[in-house]
Amino acid sequence: MVWQTVLRILLFLICAPFAGGLLDGLDRKASARMQGRQGPPVLQPFYDVWKLFHKQTIVVNRLQDFLVGGYFAFSVFTGCLFFAGGDLLLSFFALTLAEVFLFMAACSANSPYSSMGAQRELIQIMSYEPMLLLAAIGLYMVSGSFFVDDMVGRGASAIALLPGVFFGVVFVFVIKFRKSPFDISSSHHAHQEMVKGLTTELSGSELGLVELAGWYEDVLLLGFLALFVLNRGVWSIPAAVLTCLACYFLIVLVDNVFPRVRWDKMLGWAWAVTLIFGGANVLILALVR
Amino acid sequence: MTVVAFLILFPFFAAIVLSQMKKPGRVRDGFVYSCSALIIAAVVYLTADVLTAGRSRSYLTDTRSLDQAILAGEFLLMALVFYYGFRFRKYYVVLLSAAQTLPVAWMELSGRGVEGQVHLSVDNLTVTMCLVVGLVGSLICIYAVGYLKDYHAHHKEYRDRSPFFFSMLFVFLGAMFGLVFSASLTWMYFFWEITSICSFLLIGYNESKIAVRNSFRALWMNLLGGLGFALAILYCTLVLGVANIQDLVNLGMAAGGKAVLVPVTLLAFAALTKSAQMPFCGWLLGAMVAPTPTSALLHSATMVKAGVYLLIRISPLLYGSLSGILVTSIGGFTFFAASLLAVSQSDGKKVLAYSTVSNLGLITACAGVGLYEAVWAAILLLMFHAVSKSLMFLSVGAVENSIGSRNIEDMHGLIVRLPKLAFVMTVGIFGMFLAPFGMLIAKWAALKAFVDSRSVLLILFLVFGSGSTLLYWGKWLGKLVAVTHQSERLPDTVHKGEWTAIGTLTALVILLCVLFPALSAGLVQPQLVLMFHTRLTAIISDADVKVMIMMLCMIVILPLVMRLLTSGSRSKVVPAYMAGVNEGDDRHFVDSRGRPKSMYLANWYMEDRFGENKILKPSLVVSAAGLTVLMIVAIGGAL
Repeated sequence: MVWQTVLRILLFLICAPFAGGLLDGLDRKASARMQGRQGPPVLQPFYDVWKLFHKQTIVVNRLQDFLVGGYFAFSVFTGCLFFAGGDLLLSFFALTLAEVFLFMAACSANSPYSSMGAQRELIQIMSYEPMLLLAAIGLYMVSGSFFVDDMVGRGASAIALLPGVFFGVVFVFVIKFRKSPFDISSSHHAHQEMVKGLTTELSGSELGLVELAGWYEDVLLLGFLALFVLNRGVWSIPAAVLTCLACYFLIVLVDNVFPRVRWDKMLGWAWAVTLIFGGANVLILALVR
Repeated sequence: MTVVAFLILFPFFAAIVLSQMKKPGRVRDGFVYSCSALIIAAVVYLTADVLTAGRSRSYLTDTRSLDQAILAGEFLLMALVFYYGFRFRKYYVVLLSAAQTLPVAWMELSGRGVEGQVHLSVDNLTVTMCLVVGLVGSLICIYAVGYLKDYHAHHKEYRDRSPFFFSMLFVFLGAMFGLVFSASLTWMYFFWEITSICSFLLIGYNESKIAVRNSFRALWMNLLGGLGFALAILYCTLVLGVANIQDLVNLGMAAGGKAVLVPVTLLAFAALTKSAQMPFCGWLLGAMVAPTPTSALLHSATMVKAGVYLLIRISPLLYGSLSGILVTSIGGFTFFAASLLAVSQSDGKKVLAYSTVSNLGLITACAGVGLYEAVWAAILLLMFHAVSKSLMFLSVGAVENSIGSRNIEDMHGLIVRLPKLAFVMTVGIFGMFLAPFGMLIAKWAALKAFVDSRSVLLILFLVFGSGSTLLYWGKWLGKLVAVTHQSERLPDTVHKGEWTAIGTLTALVILLCVLFPALSAGLVQPQLVLMFHTRLTAIISDADVKVMIMMLCMIVILPLVMRLLTSGSRSKVVPAYMAGVNEGDDRHFVDSRGRPKSMYLANWYMEDRFGENKILKPSLVVSAAGLTVLMIVAIGGAL
């Protein structure tokens, strides 16, 4: 039992960055094709991060080392907790802690761009947090447990009972994956007003750590999406993988189609979707079951 | 028994002595320190005693002479309210005070009171409250010694009434102990009224116009709650023939909720005013004009907890009843609305006040649900909140005395200027909303309880409220950790006594993450078995506790690891990026006319979305309407 857990954690630790980097590469390729460009090689994200780790690190203060380290450590920790079959709510709380570390790293720089990005990041967290908690509650109401292992050990897929919650989660994942129209705290384009928002003052291996943590996080988030599909049946595994890939592609498509919106629109939409789709779904579930 | 009597009476004795010590100085400081230490020792002794004996006990069944003393005390309090009411021409408080004291007095004097019941009792809930009042309260008294010196040094315009201040603090402690030990409703009501009046007097401490106005607002709202309490006593005695809170609960459990619905609703109403739930949150926000120790002691750690304490006591009666619905809706709504309101505030104490109202709302909602897991969460929230919030208040007070402002914007870069205070505030803020710290554990349990009781409305209030809670704490945290170049470290003017209090509370916030399973098993679970007569399973599983301890260790070890990893690395320190127009540091830039301009980084307050003028009034109207309707339905349906 213990060995199984250790094995799962090790598997996550080793495989997640490759999967996350690959997804990132595919994302860039797909986006490029949508925009009529050739796009970088699929392995480009790995080259980028490799290079980042070999550059001289330029920092604005010493506190950043600790804060970025905290972000990385708790992102990875959250993933380990999740893939070891642990408590879903606790995973989300650990994820919030990680996010707060990144936010603090941006604030500590005392730079106009990263401060602005940090404030926007907080609004982003505030926007998606209710939906994530509600999703965990919905999964709990279906499976009777907050533990990931119990959630996937059911006879039927949770999505059948939680379509509204699933939609809400995919909606807020656009924010979580930092995609347009909700990528207000960090944009990938140099000419835009935020420079690079949250990560303006991070460089070299620190920026590399943030990228790496982002990959771990992406895998965690897709793993969370898979929870809605996975059940005891073997066929649920390919179905879950396909669902995750389809959702990811959808998010990339949305990224390329919609222009960025203001923070208040993002907050309003995210909370409205949470209330209408998530809230109604949970309400019906509470009444019926 | 001796220790119970000591805890109630000794603070009053200390208060009398302190009111006579007119001269500030070492003698008075020493007296405050030693009284506080004695109270802490007595509380620890009581805890050990009750836990080793492992059962609750009750005292004083025949108390004719003491009852008369209490009655005289009630008249004294009424006289005090009359005096201030006439002096400041606030006649409504006179009316409110007369309307509640006279009927209760008539009932006692005409011999209609119920005799021969238990007046004082000690169980685990009492001990929990004693720990909060004794430990946190005494620490705040210790802190107050140094704080008040600086307060009067900074505010020459206010008259130095420190003897009065200290004696009121101790009167208040005595009243709080009296309140939690009392089983008799009349006694509880008497101490309840003392705390209201202490709060009134302490809010008006600096005698400024605004302080007087706010103190009367606090007084009338608390007296209104007192009126509810008095009516509940009358109903219990005259109709039900019980005069003891435990008897009331037993009666309700035996005879069904409907029989006790009227007094329970009235008591809940009293509790809602005391705990500053909407629509009564105004008095707590106004109370922030008082010196910080008052805010920490009365308006966040202890007095406002009296309301939720009462709710926890009657929580078995709230389960599934109309009054329970009243309490949970008001509490849940308050949690959500107050956390939204905190977003637009930049005054540190105002944020703390809104956050207190919000957290009290959560405790209220938990108590109103009335399931054992919800009450577990309520008791733990009560403890964690007292510790973390008083730490926040005390450090804001210390910062205010050091930099002359308590505005969050002025705390920019505090980690450079006052690193020690910035550190304890960071711990305090982490303690308020992040895993693996106390408040989050209790919130988590609350969430589970809400889900298990299928109250979707509460779930929604909780998840959305958590979102905005994160926003206002996060913003504050960001200000603290900004590392500004070329700014000087300020001299540490915080007194030793203040550091003792702040340091102990910081240690408690951290220790409670590790100790809470023991606290739960030793203190809270036995109490719940007593209240709900069911054996229960652990609410937070062992596996989760282990994970959280791992997280705590990671936070502690991380700075060391990062220091080791980055030592000897070739990283270069540069000023922040400002589109290439820095003026040599990270605080000035060249503007479009080629002149240097200083930069100012402000947090977002989003006044046009979350401002008080946008949200406060609608929430007050909604909650007042809800409260009125639900009270009419509950009481009207039962009568």
